Amino acid sequence: MIPLHWYLLVAAGMFALGVYGVLARRNMVAIIMSIELMLNAVNINLVAFWRYMAPENLNGQAFAIFVFTVAAAEAAVGLALIISIYRARETVVAKEIDMLKW
Amino acid sequence: MFGAENNIQLYQIVAPILPEIGLLILLLIVLSADLFLAPSRRRSVGIVAAVGSLIVMAANLFVGLGMVNDPVFAQPVLGGMLRYDMLALIFRTMVLLAGGLTCLIALDVPKLGQQGEFHAIVLVATMGMSLMSAASDLIMVFLALETTSISLYILAGFLRDTPQSAEAGIKYYLFGAFTAGLFLYGLSLLYGFTGVTNIYALAEPLGRQMLGDANGSFALALALLLLVAGFGFKIAAVPFHFWTPDVYQGAPTPVTAFISTASKAASFVLLVRVFGAVWPEAAAPFWMSMLAAMATITMTLGNLLALIQRDIKRMLAYSSVAQAGYTLMGVVALQSDWGIASVAFYMFMYVLTNITAFTVVIIVSNATGSDAIKDFAGLSRRSPNLALAMVLALLSLSGVPPLAGFFGKFFLFAAAVDAGYVWLAIVAVLNAIVALYYYLTVIKVMYVDETEDTSPIHVTQAHTAVLAITGAGILIIGTVAGPWLAWAISAADSVASTLP
Repeated sequence: MIPLHWYLLVAAGMFALGVYGVLARRNMVAIIMSIELMLNAVNINLVAFWRYMAPENLNGQAFAIFVFTVAAAEAAVGLALIISIYRARETVVAKEIDMLKW
Repeated sequence: MFGAENNIQLYQIVAPILPEIGLLILLLIVLSADLFLAPSRRRSVGIVAAVGSLIVMAANLFVGLGMVNDPVFAQPVLGGMLRYDMLALIFRTMVLLAGGLTCLIALDVPKLGQQGEFHAIVLVATMGMSLMSAASDLIMVFLALETTSISLYILAGFLRDTPQSAEAGIKYYLFGAFTAGLFLYGLSLLYGFTGVTNIYALAEPLGRQMLGDANGSFALALALLLLVAGFGFKIAAVPFHFWTPDVYQGAPTPVTAFISTASKAASFVLLVRVFGAVWPEAAAPFWMSMLAAMATITMTLGNLLALIQRDIKRMLAYSSVAQAGYTLMGVVALQSDWGIASVAFYMFMYVLTNITAFTVVIIVSNATGSDAIKDFAGLSRRSPNLALAMVLALLSLSGVPPLAGFFGKFFLFAAAVDAGYVWLAIVAVLNAIVALYYYLTVIKVMYVDETEDTSPIHVTQAHTAVLAITGAGILIIGTVAGPWLAWAISAADSVASTLP
């Protein structure tokens, strides 16, 4: 069987990519995609840990299901907010959203 | 998994989720009323939501005080998802109060109070915060946190036609979703290290497996950092505070009041519960010194940046960052007898005080059309009662006796000293002095500065009611602190007595 840490490495790599994307991308839609990548990394973690560490109860699986359910809701709200700002400002570039500052 | 499952009484299931049941019923009433009422009568929807939340709060308190010490609630209930104790009861009272008052202060705000869905989303957020107050399982922690956050993103961006509000919403969302991802990765690590998700069952296996070798300790420290990032965002602590001033300024003011009070209180109770239970005893010095450093930077930076603000909402935003720094002292002093009690007490006074301040801001900016501090000039002559309410709030925030804030700060300092963090208490005292300056500046503008427009400011009934409730609360808690402190201490005891 494939050892646990291979899964964890894939998840950690995906998570790092997601974090990099959030910090480096300028387009807000791309930032939301990067956040989704982070959440998917968490899901790989949860399911792998469940399978290898505690397969006797379903906590990890239940957790993963809740994570992607919530992720869907979160993405929906995020895209709605992006649409509302695009209507007002005609831009989705994070750097140009700068009305509020001191 | 938790005790004998075969003979559970109905009250054991209903009592711990009474506020959630109440809020859900209220939510359905609000949504259907909004559907069937004529637009001209939609205002009553907000009144129903506000009064309903206050009734749910009273019912929960009444049922809870009689039942919370029942031995069946000495361990987590509902499959380990919720811990029903005094701490949960007190913080649920706070968030329900804040939710109800938010509906009430939003009533007369244009494009906000007449919208049924605004009140509905406030109720959903309140439900999430109520679950945060009691969550005792990593899954529940995550769900409650996200229920709250997602509703708050919508509320911050609620005024779609106003560019500032849309911008506040998207900024809050991007920061929040990012830190939620970090937080969640930390939770998945905690689950992975132990195979359990109940927070009261985590400490023992974590201590046994992780602290033995360097790799294990490193992994545990990583999980700790990720959790701190998530909580730091929610309580607006430096260096996760960047969203605070922008969101507070851009969001509709009733929403700002809600985010700065209820959301912060619920995040603090979750922080106290998770950090008090999850980390093994041997890791305590590490996370405590980390939070102590965070508290120092948070209060100092918050206060210094508040000094230079010209917009009242931005000033209150940095003030709320600083207040989070003070409250973190109570979390650092978790193992002292006063730690949790002082956090509960401080948050209760903070909810009342900040709602007072933001209500005055709403009324004044409705009249003057601006949020600038200089437009508070002459408020004492335009509306003496309003100026008095603001003075009460600002002095309470700065910790002047005999107002609630004085005892709040006093107990926090006492907790820090009791836990051996004397230097932290000294830093906090110095900070409180700096803070006095910018609070007093606003009072000076209201009482001394002249203004051309001396027309009296109209205060609606809803706003009068809110100011009466919160103002009386600040005075009563400040003058008769004893009973409230006894409550807060019993909350701390109930946490200490949790069975794993």
